[in-house]
Amino acid sequence: MIEYGDYECPYCARADALLRDVHIRRVFRHFPVVSKHPRARVLAHAAEAVALQGAYWEFHDSLYADQGRLDDPHLWDRVRHLGLDLDRFEVDRRSDAVAQRVDRDFRSGVRAGVVTTPTLFVDGRAHPGVPDADLLARIAA
Amino acid sequence: MIEPGTPAPDFKLRDQDGDKVTLESLRGQTTVLVFYPLDFSPVCTDQLNVYQEVLGELEAAGVKLYGVSVDSAYSHKAFQERLGLTIPLLADFHPKGDVAGKFGVYDEDHGVSARALVMIGPDLEVKWSYKSPSPLEIPGANLIFDALEAHAAA
Repeated sequence: MIEYGDYECPYCARADALLRDVHIRRVFRHFPVVSKHPRARVLAHAAEAVALQGAYWEFHDSLYADQGRLDDPHLWDRVRHLGLDLDRFEVDRRSDAVAQRVDRDFRSGVRAGVVTTPTLFVDGRAHPGVPDADLLARIAA
Repeated sequence: MIEPGTPAPDFKLRDQDGDKVTLESLRGQTTVLVFYPLDFSPVCTDQLNVYQEVLGELEAAGVKLYGVSVDSAYSHKAFQERLGLTIPLLADFHPKGDVAGKFGVYDEDHGVSARALVMIGPDLEVKWSYKSPSPLEIPGANLIFDALEAHAAA
């Protein structure tokens, strides 16, 4: 299942909570809409920087688990808490490679017709919005 | 809804700052008119936010985007500021929905425009048009890029 979302999107946080217990292979792609969520792109870059240190999903979970703490000092706390290298994180999150990765995700979403977050792709079909019980059951099947 | 190959109907609308935009002012550029039901309704908000994110790419391809709804210029201004949009928004306010009607996308029952995209060529001819099957279905920005590619190839 492919999911397009951003880390400053309450509906994505809700969808994430619902999907957490479903055991499937998940691909999360960044779809930061900055005009709506000013921190979305910064957070996407931070997540990709953490991914370079191998702790992507732990960081992903921590962002959605606490949507009230998304400023830089909070991110540094999370990075320290995960036992990662903060200096490296600070360099990586501003790197071109990370920016290109996020751009690539966003563009693939646009090309696939994504217009809102979250949008889940299940069996190749787009499902915009928080998944309902039917969709969750189909994902788990 | 207006079909490709027909001349775009003449119109004169004001944008969020009260500046006039006429059909004639679009001559020489490729234009996409984004008809949508209303400012501040949640679905339109997502649609224009996403278009805003790809605006740089569209402008690089030589395309100018305009939003059109029945809201007043003052509402458009507030909506633009709220969303952080730079896409100009045209007020199809008086007579209400007149331009949407000329393009065949006005929804008489609800008093708003349908969700529709119309691409107008530099020669002011309609090159492509798309109407969403329901107001809840948002046309993705991919449709604009696909139309541009098809049009460039033609």
